[in-house]
Amino acid sequence: MSQIHVTTKINGDETEFLCEPEDTLLDVLRDRLGLTGAKEGCGTGDCGACSVTVDDRLVCSCLMLGAEAEGREIATIEGMADGEVLHPLQRKFIEHAALQCGICTPGILVAAKSLLENNPDPSEEEARYWLAGNLCRCTGYDKIIRAVMDAAAEMRGEIANDPDDSLRRAS
Amino acid sequence: MALDKQAETAKRQFKVVGTRPNRPDGIDKVTGRARFGADAVAPGMLTGRVLRSPHAHARIVKIDASRAAALSGVKAVVTRADFPEPPAHVADVLDNCMAGAKALYDGHAVAAVAAVSPAVARRALKLIEVEYEVLAHVTDVDEAMQPGAPVLHEGRTDETVPEGFSGNVISRCEFGHGDIEAGLAKADRVVERSFRTAATHQGYIEPHACLAQMGPDGQADLWCCTQGHYMVRNTCAAILGMEVGQLRVTASEIGGGFGGKTTVFLEPVALMLSKKAGRPVKMVMSREEVLRASGPTASTSIDVRIGMTKDGRITAGDAVLRYQGGAYPGSPVGMGSMSAFAPYDLENVRTVGFDVVSNRPKQAAYRAPGAPMAAFAVESVIDELAKSLGLDPLDVRIRNAAVEGTKSSYGPTYPAIGAKATFEAAKAHPHWSAPLGENQGRGVACGFWFNFGGDTCVTLNVNLDGTVSVSEGNPDIGGSRASMSMMAAEELGIPYEQVRTIIADTGSLGQNEVTDGSRVTFAVGLATIEAARQAIRVMCARAAKIWGIDEDAVVWEDGAAKPAGPNAGQFPPMSLAEIAAVASNTGGPIAGHCEVNAEGAGVSFATHIVDTEVDPETGAVKILRYTVIQDAGKAVHPDYVEGQFQGGAVQGIGWALNEEYIYGEDGRLQNPGFLDYRVPVASDLPMIDTVILEIPNPGHPYGVRGVGETSIVPPLAAVANAVSAAAGVRLTDLPMSPPKVQAAIQAARG
Repeated sequence: MSQIHVTTKINGDETEFLCEPEDTLLDVLRDRLGLTGAKEGCGTGDCGACSVTVDDRLVCSCLMLGAEAEGREIATIEGMADGEVLHPLQRKFIEHAALQCGICTPGILVAAKSLLENNPDPSEEEARYWLAGNLCRCTGYDKIIRAVMDAAAEMRGEIANDPDDSLRRAS
Repeated sequence: MALDKQAETAKRQFKVVGTRPNRPDGIDKVTGRARFGADAVAPGMLTGRVLRSPHAHARIVKIDASRAAALSGVKAVVTRADFPEPPAHVADVLDNCMAGAKALYDGHAVAAVAAVSPAVARRALKLIEVEYEVLAHVTDVDEAMQPGAPVLHEGRTDETVPEGFSGNVISRCEFGHGDIEAGLAKADRVVERSFRTAATHQGYIEPHACLAQMGPDGQADLWCCTQGHYMVRNTCAAILGMEVGQLRVTASEIGGGFGGKTTVFLEPVALMLSKKAGRPVKMVMSREEVLRASGPTASTSIDVRIGMTKDGRITAGDAVLRYQGGAYPGSPVGMGSMSAFAPYDLENVRTVGFDVVSNRPKQAAYRAPGAPMAAFAVESVIDELAKSLGLDPLDVRIRNAAVEGTKSSYGPTYPAIGAKATFEAAKAHPHWSAPLGENQGRGVACGFWFNFGGDTCVTLNVNLDGTVSVSEGNPDIGGSRASMSMMAAEELGIPYEQVRTIIADTGSLGQNEVTDGSRVTFAVGLATIEAARQAIRVMCARAAKIWGIDEDAVVWEDGAAKPAGPNAGQFPPMSLAEIAAVASNTGGPIAGHCEVNAEGAGVSFATHIVDTEVDPETGAVKILRYTVIQDAGKAVHPDYVEGQFQGGAVQGIGWALNEEYIYGEDGRLQNPGFLDYRVPVASDLPMIDTVILEIPNPGHPYGVRGVGETSIVPPLAAVANAVSAAAGVRLTDLPMSPPKVQAAIQAARG
């Protein structure tokens, strides 16, 4: 079977690739483009570890074909930081110890960024429901939710970047 | 001696330990750069895939792989016939990785291929013809024990097992002391109940993955996600008939393990494929393969009898525990039996355990293996007794708490422990006295875990610029590199940021036991501290040489060598960096190292409080509030201690409410995916509050106890006690899924 030629934009860069018709976008990112930040935890859209955005819409890249990326704009975890400056969510995840093993972290960060673009001031419940498609087996989600809420507050300009913030110490 | 050490630990003022610095691998993990098991590539790499049995129990009559081998792009096919006869200690491991005479469970590997692409590998698997003779199967623990049940292995039953059981009962164990019947006779009330728990899976998000390369000279390299790359090396070398030194294993970043990555599944197969193909072979499990063919935990059937006086003293505790651990011997029933009554000081206690095999994947360790199910049964009965006698469940636990000097239910006498402290802290916590609404119930339960130490090697190198590099051999599964850097910095008296800890490959350090048993912060920490002390001794000697004074006249304080007193001479302190800068002129590079079989891992206890709300119409359970109180000995990095508490609690909530392996009549796993095997998601949960108690472990220089496993022991019982209180009926069968809860409520209403 002949391969398909796809032209797309990934993290702002014009990108071309050839893929098999059955290759998922996740296969393409990981195996053809070397973008291994998105992880395959299930391959069935249940764990969210492969989360990316396609034209600003949050998707599981394991559920989309690589060929469908034609003409789209894809954003992955690799494009989240601006050079050596971390996105506030990335910084807050480290500060709040919101990761243990870190395998779910790229997907959760991509999903959380999408949340805050859609809703800059989510309630805790809204954050929990938005992230319900991203499984984390290590943390029990507590510190993840705190990190997301803290990053949202900082991005709204409500709290200075204070490592001793009260939310973190609440427990 | 122990008490002196403890007092010394308690009064020590820490500078780095107990703070919350950023972890060294944080940026790699938030940017997607961290390299996990499936992220490795090698030039010329092939894709390896496994053909798995669709039958729960079948004799393998014949395997014809000739058509697969002939397919263009297929570079190797492997079956059991390719492996040498294994040494006895790895015979079951090999048989689990690649079936021999029989396929013993749905998903059991029977053949594997290596091909130039995943698509070719998939096509090749379809061309392998396996002739099976299907046999009767059994997947339920109680059924597997019955005489007449289909027997997996003939002749494996040992002499501890009495007459009257099937050949699937492998061994029997017994622990305890005193006289059960005499104790029960003194009780004002005796409650006897039977419990069942479903098998659950550790549910790590990263499937098993490895990349193997083996050359014709017999040298091999293996990259894999594992909790113990030394174990992988030793096991694979034994299975492949290699010398251990010829195989170098590098641990990737690991995407969760919880005990499930303490053995091998793909690794020996990948090595054999690579050997035959002469090219690197990468293998990655799908989620379905993880669930069908890695190592879930045991399912259990447990009977408990406990007697109590009307003022809450337990007069006797008795339990029979039956754990099926899948297709090979080795369920964690021994540790379940030992831990069942461990939090209590009992005159009369007995536990009897049966290790049972069945047609399921071989269980692997899962966080405090064996203990959560035992605690579920015992803590449920204690709760029921307390309530039926009108007593506060925490008062009952305080009344019966094991303390220093208690002879434990499994034998040893306890040193200083935190059982009673967790009960008292729970009683004082505002959660315990907060009001509850309609259809809501509160549960409390206690948990115990042994904690382990074991073989450990650490090397600490002092670099020329005064920075420090620590090499250790245990995969970092939840922030342990940060903890090791903190302990090294504490001991050396330098800032945390000047220490970087790496996980060395198997060629770089001596034997290290697996990252398990909550051993790493304790044992690797102990070795790191000792390595730092050794480096300090070297640095003091170098300063003495420079100053021309006696080595004994130099002390180490605040990161610098100083004369011990005025008689030693007048010299300004020499900092670590100053000593390091001239090391070449004073005797050469400076390092410390420690090789130890670490003993003295202190046991740990936790008490959990949980509020639930039960919908009486649907049986659905909502977790409203959750508090974990646990003894950490000394919390090195409190963020990651809290994280262990929270993660264990939530895995336990999943075990209590949602998660189960469901087998059909055909013996096939019916829910091999995250859609139907449902782990807790963010919207299922509240924040998980934590209280860290610090009762120093006399066996560690800083008082550290392991914290990773104890946190999953109480939640099954705590949630069951809360649901039982809310539903008005005792729940004894996990998971407490909505249909079961609804049926129990209906039955209770008559």
